[in-house]
Amino acid sequence: MASTTSATAANRPEGAEILSEERRDAARGEPPFTEAPSGDSRLVASLKEAGITAAIIAVITLFFLAFRSDIASGGLSLTLRPELWLVWVAIAFGVRFLLSYFVFRSEQPITGFLKKTFAPTARGLPIGKVVGIALLLVALTLPYLLATLVPSQNRYLLDLAILILTYVMLGWGLNIVVGLAGLLDLGYVAFYAVGAYSFALLSTNFGLGFWVCLPMAGLFAAMWGVMLGFPVLRLRGDYLAIVTLAFGEIIRIVLLNWYEFTGGPNGLLGIPKPTLFGLEFNRGDNSFAEYFNLEYDTVQRFVFLYYIILALALITNFVTLRLRKLPVGRAWEALREDEIACRSLGINTTNVKLTAFATGAMFGGFAGAFFATRQGFISPESFTFIESAIILAIVVLGGLGSQLGVVIASVVMIGGIELLRNLTILQAVFGSDFDPTQYRMLIFGLAMVAIMVWKPRGLISSRSPSDVYKEKKKIGADQVSQGEGH
Amino acid sequence: MSNTSHRWSLDPVLTVEHLTMRFGGLTAVDDLSFNVGRGDITALIGPNGAGKTTVFNCVTGFYKPTEGRIAMRRGRNVPDAKIAALTRSGNQYDRDDEHAVFLLERMTDFRITEVAGVARTFQNIRLFGGMTVLENLLVAQHNKLMRASGMTIGGLFGLPGYRRAAAEAKRKAIEWLGHTRLLDRADDPASDLPYGAQRRLEIARAMCTDPALLCLDEPAAGLNPRESAELNTLLRYIRDEHDVSVLLIEHDMGVVMEISDHIIVLDYGKKISDGSAAEVRDDPKVIAAYLGVDDEEVEQVEQDLGVKKAGASTHAANGSQGDMA
Repeated sequence: MASTTSATAANRPEGAEILSEERRDAARGEPPFTEAPSGDSRLVASLKEAGITAAIIAVITLFFLAFRSDIASGGLSLTLRPELWLVWVAIAFGVRFLLSYFVFRSEQPITGFLKKTFAPTARGLPIGKVVGIALLLVALTLPYLLATLVPSQNRYLLDLAILILTYVMLGWGLNIVVGLAGLLDLGYVAFYAVGAYSFALLSTNFGLGFWVCLPMAGLFAAMWGVMLGFPVLRLRGDYLAIVTLAFGEIIRIVLLNWYEFTGGPNGLLGIPKPTLFGLEFNRGDNSFAEYFNLEYDTVQRFVFLYYIILALALITNFVTLRLRKLPVGRAWEALREDEIACRSLGINTTNVKLTAFATGAMFGGFAGAFFATRQGFISPESFTFIESAIILAIVVLGGLGSQLGVVIASVVMIGGIELLRNLTILQAVFGSDFDPTQYRMLIFGLAMVAIMVWKPRGLISSRSPSDVYKEKKKIGADQVSQGEGH
Repeated sequence: MSNTSHRWSLDPVLTVEHLTMRFGGLTAVDDLSFNVGRGDITALIGPNGAGKTTVFNCVTGFYKPTEGRIAMRRGRNVPDAKIAALTRSGNQYDRDDEHAVFLLERMTDFRITEVAGVARTFQNIRLFGGMTVLENLLVAQHNKLMRASGMTIGGLFGLPGYRRAAAEAKRKAIEWLGHTRLLDRADDPASDLPYGAQRRLEIARAMCTDPALLCLDEPAAGLNPRESAELNTLLRYIRDEHDVSVLLIEHDMGVVMEISDHIIVLDYGKKISDGSAAEVRDDPKVIAAYLGVDDEEVEQVEQDLGVKKAGASTHAANGSQGDMA
């Protein structure tokens, strides 16, 4: 059958018509940006790609890995390390080959499950609820589990769990501001610092205990949240991010330089430990161990601290979940979606923003007070920008507005960093002088990039509605707006 | 209907007087005065760039007018003296049991909706896309629920007063979903709705704020004829059953002529005609503004119409068209 697309010279249209015809003909074929299908099989193509990657890595790392210069007497000494260089080139080749063969060139990429697992279409058993309840049960029984399963590392792991829970709480607090109200806050650590210093100063100057100071620390932080809220009310996008970032630094630098009041870089010492209805966790009279006729053990205090932060975190979660179903929480989310529409409905967006900042800051203040009592010592060094960045990363990686996502991201991020510290397995690959702690930030960064490539809106990106008429449906991430500054 | 005093001048819900809005050197609205009658559907029409949306933004507080007074009256037959007294007093509004007067040019946008009871929709639909249809209507009842929840504290502990208010708010939202035929989409995100349904949802959301005056910016834009007919029914229902006056901007003359009790025509920020649908339809100046007149023909047309200065002759023209109708 003759081709109908190629017209004979006689019946061809003229002028602009021709151009449009030709363009249509051209468009009928492959789009111009797709490369021509090569004759290579999947294996050969993958090998080629891996070769190219290995070559690039070889060039880039040549001067970093293959040569090493050390200061020696009379100048520099040059050490050649071709083995290390070759190992890394080989790793690049292998990883790229596996990626190409199983993911990029495969008809059914093995990473497909990443896109499916948390997809909002999943009906039936709500996987989020099951995971949430399971995590809660583990959290409630963790001290017992650790004591029975890994008694040798009990104290260390409990301490790590306390740290993770602190970040879970901070993440939940920041989630109110960033995830619900959609206001990007890069200076969240300021409220953490205000909480910590409020408690430390109140206790060291006036001899107040943890339980009295805890609500006061929260109130002070909330007050500072409102104070930050006012200047940023009119700001949008990047400007909001810059001003909140500056606010975080202002607080830290004031703490650093107001020597008479805050102790400056020396910090504050002698912050009291929390007590259980007046019972202290130490050796001696009127202690927890003596009162209950137990043998004194340092782990007891860690268990107590663990349950305090668990309770604080659960309160944060409970209050946030309640607030989402209340008018104020709904107004936060509406503000994230469209501020002008909010105003057209008679909502005072000033108040809505200030309540979001104040509530988020209050939980940051609680966490700060807990941090101070756990450490017993605080200094401005604990409240640098990297803390804000980590908390924000937890919220963003977990999925904006998702409570469970924050937990998973905290465990992965904080637990992961600690895990990499002890990853002696890697020494089997890179030799005994390989120190995993030196590379943990690199590995950590790569992991974050990977998550953001596969799940750009965070691990759990769907939103569940605050009220339901008939059937609860998850709302996909592409529909939910991200608010200001993203 | 008499020629001298139209129905909308007898008991207006909104009185706009000498409204002028300048953006730098550009005068978008120039000394505009009109009334919106209580219980009327009033249409504001005019060619593109005539200043219709600017008038809307002034009325709803999104712009602060350069000059002029925008007075809103709630309650039957509010005397003019009350507005004059309020203007002198410097207050934003004056409320007693029977009457309430609000000077909208003195209030901010959200206060106008919250206190004066003016709700609006937008030309480019502004819904809360990531929230469900039901949630959109609950957000609109924010202020009422906020008071019921004792500024969140009572709601946090789930006090019975708040629970009752929440159930009532949900009932009201569902009622409006029924009126706008959105009930089966109640649990879908608003951005998933088709265009016509989004327009209806925006109207339902505005109605959930319990307004006395509903301002709609091009509610029929992008609707097909069947949807336009539905919109007409909905607007009549709102006017008749909920005692809400409607002020709308519209380009679809089918919709405008069919449902409007009162039409105001703007061109280049000035009012060129003001009257009932029939009066405006036959007004030669409106026809000229809409069809456009070549520069050479302007004088000819003006002579035909007996117009020397457009601004000065508006009222005279209105009177004569009243006779014609």
